[in-house]
Amino acid sequence: MEDLKRFLIEKVLLFESDTLPSATEKVLQQLRREKTDVPVIHISSNTSSIIAGSDKTFNTVKTYIEENEPSAVAVRVGCSGPANYEPLVCVQVPGKNKLFFRNITEEKVEPLLNSVFHNDIIEDDLLGQTGSKGFELWPGIAFVNELPFFARQKRIILGNCGCYDPESIEEYIARGGYSTFVKTIRHYTYEEVCDIIERSGLRGRSGGGYLTGLKWKQALNTSANTRYLICNAKESDPGSFSDRTILESDPHRLLEGMAIAAYAIGASTAILYLKSGSDYARSRMQKAIDMTREYGIIGHNIFSSGYNLDFIIKTEPGAFVCGEETALINSLEGKRGMPQLKPPYPTTSGLAGKPTVINNVETLMNVPMIMKNGPEWFRSIGTEKSPGTKVFAITGHGRMSGVVEVEMGTTLGSVLEHIVDGIKDGKEFKAIQLGGASGSFITPESLDTPIDFDAMKQKGFGMGAGGFVVIDETSCMVDFVRYYMEFIRNESCGKCIPCREGTGRMLEILESVIKKPSSEDSGTTLERFKGVMQLESIAAVMKDASLCGLGQTAPNPFVSALKNFREEFEEHIFDRKCRANVCRGLRTFSIDVEKCTGCTVCAGKCPVNAVYGTRLQPFFIVEDKCIGCGICFDVCKFSAVIVK
Amino acid sequence: MAQDLDIIFKKYRQGRREDLIPLLQEIQTDHGYLSEEAIIRVGSHIGLSTTKIYGLATFYDKFRFFPSGRIHIKVCNGTSCFMNGSQALTEKFKDELKISPGQTTRNGNFSFEVVSCMGGCYHGPVIMIKDEYHIHVRPGQLPDLIKKLKYIIEND
Repeated sequence: MEDLKRFLIEKVLLFESDTLPSATEKVLQQLRREKTDVPVIHISSNTSSIIAGSDKTFNTVKTYIEENEPSAVAVRVGCSGPANYEPLVCVQVPGKNKLFFRNITEEKVEPLLNSVFHNDIIEDDLLGQTGSKGFELWPGIAFVNELPFFARQKRIILGNCGCYDPESIEEYIARGGYSTFVKTIRHYTYEEVCDIIERSGLRGRSGGGYLTGLKWKQALNTSANTRYLICNAKESDPGSFSDRTILESDPHRLLEGMAIAAYAIGASTAILYLKSGSDYARSRMQKAIDMTREYGIIGHNIFSSGYNLDFIIKTEPGAFVCGEETALINSLEGKRGMPQLKPPYPTTSGLAGKPTVINNVETLMNVPMIMKNGPEWFRSIGTEKSPGTKVFAITGHGRMSGVVEVEMGTTLGSVLEHIVDGIKDGKEFKAIQLGGASGSFITPESLDTPIDFDAMKQKGFGMGAGGFVVIDETSCMVDFVRYYMEFIRNESCGKCIPCREGTGRMLEILESVIKKPSSEDSGTTLERFKGVMQLESIAAVMKDASLCGLGQTAPNPFVSALKNFREEFEEHIFDRKCRANVCRGLRTFSIDVEKCTGCTVCAGKCPVNAVYGTRLQPFFIVEDKCIGCGICFDVCKFSAVIVK
Repeated sequence: MAQDLDIIFKKYRQGRREDLIPLLQEIQTDHGYLSEEAIIRVGSHIGLSTTKIYGLATFYDKFRFFPSGRIHIKVCNGTSCFMNGSQALTEKFKDELKISPGQTTRNGNFSFEVVSCMGGCYHGPVIMIKDEYHIHVRPGQLPDLIKKLKYIIEND
């Protein structure tokens, strides 16, 4: 192990030329497991695959190897993207292309491995093969990168995800890792690095789209004895998990990006700010940091360059608003995570009053690639004003789901059609919710919008953290808006009045719309409608007067839903109907006389005694008394209760 | 208990303000919750009034002030789980356990909380019982599940 470490440091990291000698390359090939003499079985292992059961799969594979193929090796790798194919297993037989299999739960392991080792592949769970020159093809099997899910992606940030063991620094170095950082600190000055990043046109991926290089320069040009770099890995939008996937699948690339960014601003401390509850990501990052320290990649006087760097992991204590820069700094200082008025911006006065740069995970993941391939290379990808790629976490009712990366300039419609592959179960597409709790709904008419900071801004959409929720006809938009509003109401920090009171009132009004009213006269209907009218003015005030981004963008889901689905809101208010049958308060129940056996179960369970009837005779529900709780529907064994 | 705290305090010997949150987090991981005693001792260590610490700890979601139950249940309420009916699950848990999210049953057997996203978006609704994930959970399965858990507790 020590020999390998010395070899990697001397022959790879500190090697001056770009092309390595073939002797070194041979060792690296072994480390990358490209030329292997024994069968290798890769099992995806990150939070989403563990939830799907990959830990059990891994253990079963281990037992299988012990019993049948003692020479084979089982490796845990990161996640390559498609969440609905988890647990994903890849089998590599020496001299042949890799084979990918989907949904391999523990009971499928034995037949699968038997079939591969006996050259008789079971086609059911087969996804495809990957390989390069010099390997034997599996005849008649499609290539994985030709599947629409992968073919339409441009994987730069996710390039390493799912390919290597995230807990092995050796493998990362063998894939060309950390040599960019070492070259950077040995050959470039702080300003040069900032300059390269600025020329590349890299923009912050957390929503604002501010030029990263410019931000770094501002911090660098503020005179101070200490500067800080913070990587904001706190993505707590409900339904976005792309950062977590990156942290778990490619921790070393992120560390390299952080290290280069810290060097560019002259910071000697880089803080990784993690989301609470992401224990798996934390342990992987901690292991990665320990290994970089062991290799001397971070520490004191790194490779005799005179530059010192240390990484610290901090876990946020649980507040959505801490994703905002000033609130994040407050929470790091041991105060309540409340935002502050800007300016001063953190780049001039941030953590402990020192210049601080806060960058998103995705932004930092781009940095090593830009330093390696040059700013012109990065400029050639994506659009003119927004170069590069964008990572999305796709969830919801789409046929495919998971983490994907597309080139900027791709239209949302093309992502939906090719990568998501349409809607599950042949349902009708309704909208895309982009950007989490502060994002907006995108209807079929706007699907031609390209993924680009400026084009999106023009239409009033925000990409936020990259949440991409596909919604079909079975979802009620009013309920959806209420869900987001409830989330924001709970997470509002309470510092400024427009946000604290506004979110509370908006939630109250939305709840009155979907609740069963106590009386149904025209007066209450009018009041309800007035409430909705007021919603619009509350939204406008919040947008103008809130202190931070959380409050300013909180009404976004409501505003865009009202604009695009006005008829659905009107139906809820006037007709008291929910077309998706989701809003519990608006459902009406009746009993099918044919099916009812008169068993009295529903009458016994009804909390308001709204079910009447004689034993063994069909019962009926008194609509005026019914509160729409749905208990009778749940308890009926004869499906005699009808919901409308 | 008092000794455990001393061990943790030793790690943060300087008792700076920025150590406050990591300190509280560590005490919580160790003890499962923040007791009154712990908060008072932290106050004297950092040199802050107890009310300020309590104010800070209640601002954040992840701090608990009661011990969690023998079996702690987490219900995911991320967007995807919500779309697949996680709110009905929360309601069902409320009914079955007779507690609200964040509380512990009187006999100390169960506690449950609603979290924002656990990361199993395709398999929603996801719940986590004692570090074990359960996927595609339907409200109808809960009574049996809770019966099973009660049986486990009784035979422990």
